[in-house]
Amino acid sequence: MVAMETGNMTVPVITIENVDKWYGTTQVLSQCSTSINEGEVMVICGPSGSGKSTLLKCINGLERFQGGEISVQGERIGSSRTNLHRLRARVGMVFQSFELYPHLSILRNITLAPIKVAKRDRAEVEATAIALLRRVGLAGYEHQRPSQLSGGQQQRVAIVRALAMSPAVMLFDEPTSALDPEMTKEVLDVMTDLAGDGMTMVIVTHEMGFARRVGHRVLFMERGIIIEDTACQAFFDSPSSERARAFVAQVLQH
Amino acid sequence: MTGFSIGAFDWGPILHNLPALWAGMQLTLVLTFLAILGGFVLGTLLAIAQLSSVSIVARAATLYVSFFRSIPLILAVFWFYFLVPLLLGRPVGPFFSVLVGFVFFEGAYFAEIVRAGIQSVRRGQISAAYATGLTATQTLCYVVLPQAFRNMLPVLLTRSIVIFQDTSLAFVVSLTDFLTATSIVADRDGRPVELYLFAAAVYLTLSSIADLGVRWSQWKLAT
Amino acid sequence: MHYHWHWDVLLQQPYSTWLLDGFLVTIALSLIGWAIAMVLGTLVGAMRTASSPIMRAAGALYVRVFRNIPLLLQMFLWFFVLPEILPDAAGHFLKRDLPYPEFTTAALCLGCYTASRVAEIVRAGILSAGTGQRIAALASGMSTIQAYRYVLLPLAFRLTVPPLVSEFLSVFKNSSVALTIGVFELTNQANQIENYTFQGFEAYTAATVLYAAISFVCLRGTRLLSRHASVGGMISAGGAL
Repeated sequence: MVAMETGNMTVPVITIENVDKWYGTTQVLSQCSTSINEGEVMVICGPSGSGKSTLLKCINGLERFQGGEISVQGERIGSSRTNLHRLRARVGMVFQSFELYPHLSILRNITLAPIKVAKRDRAEVEATAIALLRRVGLAGYEHQRPSQLSGGQQQRVAIVRALAMSPAVMLFDEPTSALDPEMTKEVLDVMTDLAGDGMTMVIVTHEMGFARRVGHRVLFMERGIIIEDTACQAFFDSPSSERARAFVAQVLQH
Repeated sequence: MTGFSIGAFDWGPILHNLPALWAGMQLTLVLTFLAILGGFVLGTLLAIAQLSSVSIVARAATLYVSFFRSIPLILAVFWFYFLVPLLLGRPVGPFFSVLVGFVFFEGAYFAEIVRAGIQSVRRGQISAAYATGLTATQTLCYVVLPQAFRNMLPVLLTRSIVIFQDTSLAFVVSLTDFLTATSIVADRDGRPVELYLFAAAVYLTLSSIADLGVRWSQWKLAT
Repeated sequence: MHYHWHWDVLLQQPYSTWLLDGFLVTIALSLIGWAIAMVLGTLVGAMRTASSPIMRAAGALYVRVFRNIPLLLQMFLWFFVLPEILPDAAGHFLKRDLPYPEFTTAALCLGCYTASRVAEIVRAGILSAGTGQRIAALASGMSTIQAYRYVLLPLAFRLTVPPLVSEFLSVFKNSSVALTIGVFELTNQANQIENYTFQGFEAYTAATVLYAAISFVCLRGTRLLSRHASVGGMISAGGAL
């Protein structure tokens, strides 16, 4: 197990209180409550359709919810007084399909938001971007197009794009589901590094080996309900619910 | 009208009237260019309106587009030829009326092209842009529209070629574009065969060149 | 704005008859033109997918010529030029003995022009049906013509209902170009009313409403046809804009 630097892990960065969400008449999230502290790595897992990605997307307002409340660094997502754009600038997100902008160079992909949203100086932003690229092993790729990179490389750029905004918390929505095993390792290594530096992370993933090594807490969801919310070790060694036991047994066979 | 046999193709009337025909072509080209420009700008605005979340705006834009797509261009030309001087309260030359008519008419067709282009951009791109804090307008300008335009370029060019041909309808209000000039000369000199065949050759050549342009843009997109 | 409204003009004779006549001429001209276009266009479209390079080139040439010359110029070519360049006997027939010369010429012109567009749609439909269909048909012993008739074309038509209906609607709109050679179709009649009464607003509105009605019927037809014609498991070939 990787020895980890722990920050002040008692200050909640994200609080989720009794969140309910419906698509039409189907309820997809049911009274979800939890909190994520600074420096924590929370893994959200569960069978398909359990609402994991939906809950994640509610955190930065990409999905709306009808009941309950979510706060990020004290600001309530649901409140009309909250400037959602400024809030999103502090929450980084990485998507399963990478979603790099195909018409822009790698460098421009990374620097677009810092320049247009954070209004930072171009030279400074570009220097930061190049340094970050070097950190994830992609030095020299600044002027290429996304289509010229492999999936693993694109996802690493996507992580850099999110990091360039200096976020307080990083959300990962099944970041390696679209990658083959070799590229998956590339990306997981970057994420492990990030966790080691004390970044607050919320990760929806099926990579249970990675989750066990790097995670602090685990959220197990099924059909929109949080079934378990425990420390990582405890979850994998002795899950309390029947459902979670079955899931862990199945998944850790690989 | 004198009879015609295939061996007696007389280049005389064509060569003799080249200045008049060229003047007509110039008008055709100017009208085409302005109609494309105006139509495209209007079309983009309409497309954005159609995709707006404000129901009234979206419905109004859709109504506009449906209306102009259900009537013939000639009727639209007559409408504007009749309405523009009336609304402005003073007589207006045919060029301006026809141009306005073309812009309003083609705007509806460009709207459909632009709308399809915008909708062809992956939804994930918008999520990714929002996730970094970009506003809706910034997302539109820096992420969605650039991709939309790249995707719709071949269709835009095809539509532009159609506009180039449609300008010939200026004939119905006696605006002297290339085809109208050709018909005036054909009537005056009594040689419709030579002149109309010449006009056909000109259109064929120009359209074929433009066609190559479309194919080039499609190739460019694929790389 | 100095304008005197006289909507009752539309109800007066002879104007209301003019409008009705114009409407009927538009319908007749469009339907005949469409019939020609479907037959000729299907043929050319099939030719463009044939295995013989000569057939394909001939089809491509047809489409290139009829798509790149403005419809208006095509009308002039049919009406003014064709009678002159044909051998004497044929030319004389066209100029003197052809019944309803303007209407007939316009119908033929419209048909041939629209055929080039139908050809492209049919070609797209055949291509999106996939080469597998052609191979399967030929392997079961059908001749090429039979393969087209019983497998490829029916499939192509069902896949391309939206662009075909769009083209059908276009025929009604394009029929207005016939006014330039003297056919008294709907737009022409509306213009005539304007010339006689100066009630342009009323006249053009009447024509607009009638064209909109045609368009509405066509769009309703699309929906009905689409449902009947949908082929499970295949995405329909994209509409030509």
